[in-house]
This record gives sequence, structure tokens and C-alpha cells, in this order.
Amino acid sequence: MIKTEEFFVNMGPQHPSTHGVLRLLLELDGEVIVGCTPHIGYLHRGIEKIAEMRSYTQFIPFTDRLDYLASMNNNLAYVQAVEKLMGIDLPKRVKYIRVIMAELNRIASHLVFWGCYAQDLGAVTPFLYAFREREKIIDLFEMTCGARLTYNYLRIGGVSRDLPEGFKDKVLDFLKYFKPRLVEYDNLITNNEIFIKRTKGIGILSKEDALALGVSGPNLRASGVRWDLRRGIPYANYEEFEFDIPTGSQGDCFDRYYVRVEEMRQSVRILEQAINSLPEGEFKAKVPKVIKPPEGEVYSAAENPRGELGFYIISDGSSNPYRLKVRAPSFINLQVLPKLLVGFKVADVIAVVGSIDLVMGEVDR
Amino acid sequence: MLKAICDFFKSLFIEYNIPLWLYNLIYITIIALIIIGFVLLTVLFLTWLERKLSARFQSRLGPMRVAWPRNLHGWAQPIADAMKLLIKEDIISKSADRWVFTLAPLVVFVPAYLVYLAIPFAKGWIVKDLNIGILYIIAISSLGVIGIIMAGWGSNNKYSLLSALRSAAQMVSYEVPLILSVIVVVMLTGSLSMVKIVEAQKNLWFVFSFPVGPLAFLIYLTSATAEVNRIPFDLPEAEQELVAGFHIEYSGMKFAFFFLAEYANLFAVSAICATLFLGGWQGPILPPLVWFLLKSYLIVLILMWLRWTLPRVRVDQLMNLAWKVLLPLALINIALTGIVMMV
Repeated sequence: MIKTEEFFVNMGPQHPSTHGVLRLLLELDGEVIVGCTPHIGYLHRGIEKIAEMRSYTQFIPFTDRLDYLASMNNNLAYVQAVEKLMGIDLPKRVKYIRVIMAELNRIASHLVFWGCYAQDLGAVTPFLYAFREREKIIDLFEMTCGARLTYNYLRIGGVSRDLPEGFKDKVLDFLKYFKPRLVEYDNLITNNEIFIKRTKGIGILSKEDALALGVSGPNLRASGVRWDLRRGIPYANYEEFEFDIPTGSQGDCFDRYYVRVEEMRQSVRILEQAINSLPEGEFKAKVPKVIKPPEGEVYSAAENPRGELGFYIISDGSSNPYRLKVRAPSFINLQVLPKLLVGFKVADVIAVVGSIDLVMGEVDR
Repeated sequence: MLKAICDFFKSLFIEYNIPLWLYNLIYITIIALIIIGFVLLTVLFLTWLERKLSARFQSRLGPMRVAWPRNLHGWAQPIADAMKLLIKEDIISKSADRWVFTLAPLVVFVPAYLVYLAIPFAKGWIVKDLNIGILYIIAISSLGVIGIIMAGWGSNNKYSLLSALRSAAQMVSYEVPLILSVIVVVMLTGSLSMVKIVEAQKNLWFVFSFPVGPLAFLIYLTSATAEVNRIPFDLPEAEQELVAGFHIEYSGMKFAFFFLAEYANLFAVSAICATLFLGGWQGPILPPLVWFLLKSYLIVLILMWLRWTLPRVRVDQLMNLAWKVLLPLALINIALTGIVMMV
């Protein structure tokens, strides 16, 4: 009998497919994983502490840097929390603009996921297709707010400036261009035999575990829980739009992947409705120059591409938050990783980590 | 004509009483240089082709600037790449096993190069028409895996080692269906000689000789993709999992040798495929060499197309495919060939 022993492999923080600076300490028995310990903290910037030294408006750019693939959604979640604290009523146009931005950003974010996930599984080409499409969305953002990644577009009580001329047509053009692409994506990747074999039945997250571990967003829906904050606790004006909540049945990698692809379809639906019924009006509510919310505390969350992004703010009546806590979806989704990986092969680590769709900017804050 | 030139020089050597072994040495060196020149040129062209094709698949342009004059689609890119690799620092990590580490690139490259000795480029354009040509090719090309294991072990790096182990398992497994698919061709021809195999396809290419030919062709192509470690079977180099695989610790010329071997192998399996199944140099109107290159590049094109389209399979799926699907299929195919030949 030959004596064998486990073998440790450090995946990350510089590994090409851990999407940022995630470090996984894998315990391997041959190619089979017997243990996995995630190490985080390589991107810690102390954003929550910084918030205490910034005024409420000054903190908006910092939210851009949480989940840097979905800055608009982060802005939205934060701004809504402050607005809830202050009890601000928003003009209708602002709500529409916010929904349009959030959904465009959701598509952009899911596109990055789609491309990176295919690349993680060895198909390099889809990545470039995804970025080709994302480029068009980024162009839309650029013409709206001048920035391409960290938008800093939303303001407490509104948005920083009105939509530019011709924006509506450009969005419609994009949607017209994008819809057939989704069919192409399915043909190229979703229905690919190798892809299905790599993802079906891998990294199964049961409904119970998902709920117990506080998983949210597409990962939760892939496990079969029909919960979407846009429906569950509607914000902005999501209650006015028609869309479905795609859910999976198994909770495996394929479901997590496919829920996101379907979400892009639903986002297209929402965008079509929102852009066609975009009302005229003010792009900013009447808010005081210096934002001083009343004393109190608030928790408000929004459905980000990666799950429930919540802001818990305690105000002491001054112009800075007394304490600000970010409930980052990636951070909470990350904790299911050791549970999902044990018993699978090294090659599956990539499939599983990719399918959870982590953004380290949000995990470490 | 070649023969006449050789004979002329040979007679000169005899006339001036120069020992014949010197003649043989010079003769062999020249042949070797010609083959090496061909291999290097092919590799240069293939890297360029791969870049351009992948760019087109990905809606990019690929290299465009490195060319003279300016807009000739970056034809000089591979030369620039080669220069870069040549002048790069050669790093040997402290914990590496120096000898094994240094020898590995050579052990990988030499078999890839030796394969070319038995490939018929056109009628009479073969270095040595061995009567066991195809056997020689299979035997030699399976030596490369030793170099990969040496690289993986010598680097003293976990990723390299994992990759080398995967590679060994993969290459050994896929050799079996590969050889079995070749046996069909050998049975149909009744000879192991590469030239005889081509000549036997004068009327009908083996890829079209139903029902056994197409199946053998597909099995060969699948196994060959695995043999040259390309997507969907590029597990030894799976960059998303193993960073770069067995050549992770290599730099400069040593890395270049792996690179050379990879593309030399790519062309070799394509050329062998063209010879065994697509009738080698045979074809109407165009000169034989052109036909041979056309067919080989057709296979190269297919392999590149696959690489830039498909995801990668997992290691156990890879083994399942080899042992549970390809092997039985290949065996059935051989039995079928026997029946076809009897009838």
C-alpha cells in the first residue's frame, strides 16, 4: 500500500481566473478537492470607515468602487437609502432614468459574467463578443455622465444631469442590436455539449443551504427560490414594469449561468417598457444644498446584478453618516464556496467560482 | 534531378579520395537543415495564422502594424516574436532540477522534428521512405510526452507537475484510439510505408471510402487534437486552472522550444492526417506539393477553428471519451474494415 498525502495548492491571489484578488487554499487528493479555505482582504480599502468622514453626497463616488461592474446599481442602492432616511419624494422621470440605468448596467454586468464564465471554461472567443456588446452600453453611459466605469451619476434626490439628446434612440438601437445576440449566445455556449457537461450537476447549492447562508441574487434564484427585490420590495418604479423572475431548479453551475442569461432577456424587456414610456419632467427633486438627514437609522437594499446590495446607515443628524454598513452580495455569496467545492475536481473550482460571479471590490470593500 | 546532383558530388568525393563518411555527414546535415528550415518557417507562419484567425473569429483585426510596407496584415509579427524570445533572459528557478529542466525542451522538440523525416511532401519528396513509415511516426511522436513529464518534474512547481501528470495520462490514452484508427488505413493499404499509403489513394481518398474511412478519419482527428493539446483537449495547458501548465517556469529560448514543438506537432498531425486520409499529394492540375500543403492547412484550419470556438472538457470526461467512446468505436471500425475487405 502506497502512502499518499494531501497536497495544497494556492489558487490566487494572482491566479488568472479567480476574478480579482481572491485566494483559495485548496487541499487536493490527486485532482479531487477535499478542502477549500477562501482568504480575502487583499482589496480592503476601508470604504465603510471612509464614509464616516465624508458628507452624504461625497460618498456616492465610493459606492462606484464596490462592485465596479455595476456602479449604477451601487449608486442606486446608496442613494435610495439616504432618500429613505430623509423621506424625499422623487419626480417620475428620475425613477425612470434610474431604472433604465440600472437595467443597462445589469446587462453590462451579466455580459461580463457571460464572457468570463465561458473563458473560465476554456472558450476564449465569447469573452470578446461580450465585451463588444458591453462597449455599446458603456458608450451610452459615457454620453450620459462622461465616465465609462465609475459613473457617479445618481444624486440624492435625482441624477447629476438629464439624459442627453438622442439617448432614447440610441438605447432602442442597442436593444434592437442586442436581442439577436442573445440567441447567438445560446447557440454558441448555452447549447454547447461540452459546456453543458462541464456545468450540469456541478457545485449544487440546495434551496435550504442557499437560504440558510443568506445567498441572494441570481445564485439564490438558481437554487429555485423566486425572490427578487425588484418584485419583493419594489423600489424606484419597478412595480410598473412587466418582467419575469427566471429561476433554476437544480442550483448547479448551469442554472446559475442560465438564470443570468435569462435575466439579460428580462432586462431588455424592462428597458423596452421604460424607454418607451419615459416621461418628461424634472431630473432632480427639491433637496437642500447640504444633506443633513434627521437622526435615525435606515436599511435599504436594491437588487444588484450579484444580489442584494444593502446600505445600513445610522445618522446623528450631522452632514456625515455616523456609521455606514454595506451588505455586499458577493461577500455573502462567497461563503458558500467551501460547501460547493468539496468532492469535485480542480477543473470544477473554476466552474464553481466563476458561476458564483464574485467581484472582489465588493467582497473586501 | 536531386539524385543526379547527389551522385555528382559523390563521384567528386570518390575522385579526390575524400572519405565517404564525410560526404554522408554533409548530406545528412544539409537534409536536416532543409527540414529544420521548413519546420521553422511553418511554425512562424502558423503562429501568424493562428493570431489572425483567432482575431477574425473574435471580431478583431489581430496584428496589423508589424509589417513592411505598413498595411500587410502584420506578416512580420512572428519574426518580432521570435526575436523577443531570443533576447529574453533565461531563468532557471533555484529549486528546479537543473539538468532535467534544461533538457526537457529539447526532448519535446526533437521528436516533433523527427516526425517530418517520414512525411511525403510530394512524389519522391521524402527524406526516407521507411517501409514502416507510419509506425516510425507514431513511435517517435509518443516520445514527446517524456519531455513534458521532465518539464513538469524539473520545474519543481505544483502547477507544472499537475499539468505534466495530466498530459502524460492524456497522451497515453489518446495514443490508443489514434493508432487503432491508423490501423484501418494500414489494413486498406496493406503497407506501413507512407508513400504506399498515398499511392493506394489514387482513385479514392480513404476519408471517402465508406463506411470505415470517415469514421477512422474522425477518430484520428479527435485523438490528434488531444495529442497536440489543443482545445477542447488542452488540459495540460489549461491556463484558467493551471496558469500555463508544464511550461510555466520557462522563459526565453527554452519556452520558445516548447512553442516550436507545439506548432511543429500541430502541422505534423495535420500533414499525417492529409497523408493518411486525404490522399496526400495527389490531386488534379496543381503541383503535388501545393495539394499536400492545401490539405494539411485545411486540417490546421479545422483545428484552429475548434480551438477558438469550443470550451474545454474536464479531465475525467476526457478520459471517458478516450476509453469508453473512441476506443470501442475504433475497435468496431477495425472489425468492420476486415469484413469490408473480405467481401
